[in-house]
Amino acid sequence: MTNAAAAQPSGDLAPRAQPGWLSSLAFDVSTRRAVIAIVAALIFWQVGSTSRAWLGAPLPVIGAVPSPDSVLRAWSRLLFDTGYWQSWMWSTFRVTLGFAAATLAGVPFGLAIASNPTFRGAAFPVFELLRPIPPLAWVPASIIFWPTQELSIAFVIFLGGFYTIVLNVVGGAAAIDVRLIQSARSMGASRATIFRRLILPGVLPSIGVGMEVAIGVTWEVVVAAEMISGGGSGGAASSGGGLGFFIWNSYVGGAYPDIIVGMISIGIAGYLSSALIRRGVARLTPWLRRA
Amino acid sequence: MNAPFRQARTRGAIEISDVVKVYDVGGAPVQAVDHCSLSIPAGEICMIVGPSGCGKTTLLNAIAGFHGIDGGAITLDGAVLCGPGRPTASIGSDRIVVFQNGALFPWKTNLENVAFGPIVQKTLGKKEAREKARALMADAGLGGYENKYPGELSSGLQRRVEIVRALINDPAVLLLDEPYRALDALSKSMMHEALLETWYRTGVTIFFITHDLEEAIFLGHRVVAMTSRPCRPKKIFTIDIPHPRRYDVLTSPRFRELAAEISAVVDEEAMKSFALGEKEG
Repeated sequence: MTNAAAAQPSGDLAPRAQPGWLSSLAFDVSTRRAVIAIVAALIFWQVGSTSRAWLGAPLPVIGAVPSPDSVLRAWSRLLFDTGYWQSWMWSTFRVTLGFAAATLAGVPFGLAIASNPTFRGAAFPVFELLRPIPPLAWVPASIIFWPTQELSIAFVIFLGGFYTIVLNVVGGAAAIDVRLIQSARSMGASRATIFRRLILPGVLPSIGVGMEVAIGVTWEVVVAAEMISGGGSGGAASSGGGLGFFIWNSYVGGAYPDIIVGMISIGIAGYLSSALIRRGVARLTPWLRRA
Repeated sequence: MNAPFRQARTRGAIEISDVVKVYDVGGAPVQAVDHCSLSIPAGEICMIVGPSGCGKTTLLNAIAGFHGIDGGAITLDGAVLCGPGRPTASIGSDRIVVFQNGALFPWKTNLENVAFGPIVQKTLGKKEAREKARALMADAGLGGYENKYPGELSSGLQRRVEIVRALINDPAVLLLDEPYRALDALSKSMMHEALLETWYRTGVTIFFITHDLEEAIFLGHRVVAMTSRPCRPKKIFTIDIPHPRRYDVLTSPRFRELAAEISAVVDEEAMKSFALGEKEG
């Protein structure tokens, strides 16, 4: 291509000859760094996992991992597998259920603890005693307590989200500047008005943070709960098992690349649900966005 | 002096008589305010200066009703706010506080903030309250900021919004607790002129706590120098510089003379409080 052709953008080749083309594709510095890091990790993974072929003997740890290309092949097969999508569906369903219950119970509970000293005195010690028990330690007890396996999984997920949301709500309410409340009172606001117009919006950002962290916890918990309980109501059939059981089942069945597919799927699910919540909360808290 | 401005105001006279306030600090009683008496006529701008932690804010909180007193009485236009048998004043929209770091509601737009009082008191409908808020904001030079959030404004503008938010309730007294402390010198001088303008329009009584002597002399009809803890008026200075004042009075000989006089009294107390190791506050 001649200089003249580059200088005069004409025809469909011209835009590509412009100097801005590369930089616009390369986004900003941080995006470029992220892309480079991911590509480097993939190369490292590919080289390491195929070490048996080019080294004669597998490298420790990474040599036993399925290679990225085998994972990709497994994934492209699984994309047309209804069982895989049903696993997604079941886990998403359970997370949604447990998380919704955790939010619906955790926000009022946290607000009650924050705004009522008597309730705080009665409920908070119990809460703090139970909180250090990891949700997964509840799995056996939960299976005994609850009539169905599905309910026991939902309960364990609920616990995973509940503590996080409550703590954030309590912390958020405590962080509200007392002078805002004094101001509102001097302008004639009643207790109910202060709760509705000050405490609630004041706590909203903390509820958002709590929900965002909690949804991550619930994805951790659902996977482990599904593995331990053997896949909930679906039993051994992969259809009702969810992504946790999908991973476990792939391990038992020796389909190692599928394990990685399951792991990445959970990563994606967790990321998407966090992003969804972040966006929802940002919409409800416009004053933070514009500040 | 200042008669044309003050005559119109018949509301907002504060009488502080023999007020005592004792704090319990880790079991040991600390006397914050000791037999403090001060009479503020309706429509006066009364500036309170004194060392940090001397108990000025304690006095303001007692007037506002944020906490009680242990002796004496405070009246507003003859009615007892707090006194014997009634340690804590009720909090009311006749006395509104503007704090040092501001207390605008971050999640409400500036207009919603200003309209808050009349709406929650139900003295005006939502629509009327917003209209009034819009008008008052325009008067205060805050037109164009109605739909912004407080976080989008400079702290100087935020303080102005907050004063308008107080004024919409037609208070008898404005209680200002170092509202301009965090501002730079230029914003501060603009705030001062804006506050005086507000006062020329409304004649509201202003109880103003500050550390800044120039601010005190520029704004006040009187400057009350407080003793270091326990707090009581040490000396009251009448500022005989006529209103309306403009910023060039700062360089006038009378202003410098007053500044030197008040500074001598305040510094003496500050040294005492420094020697005692009083905490900032």
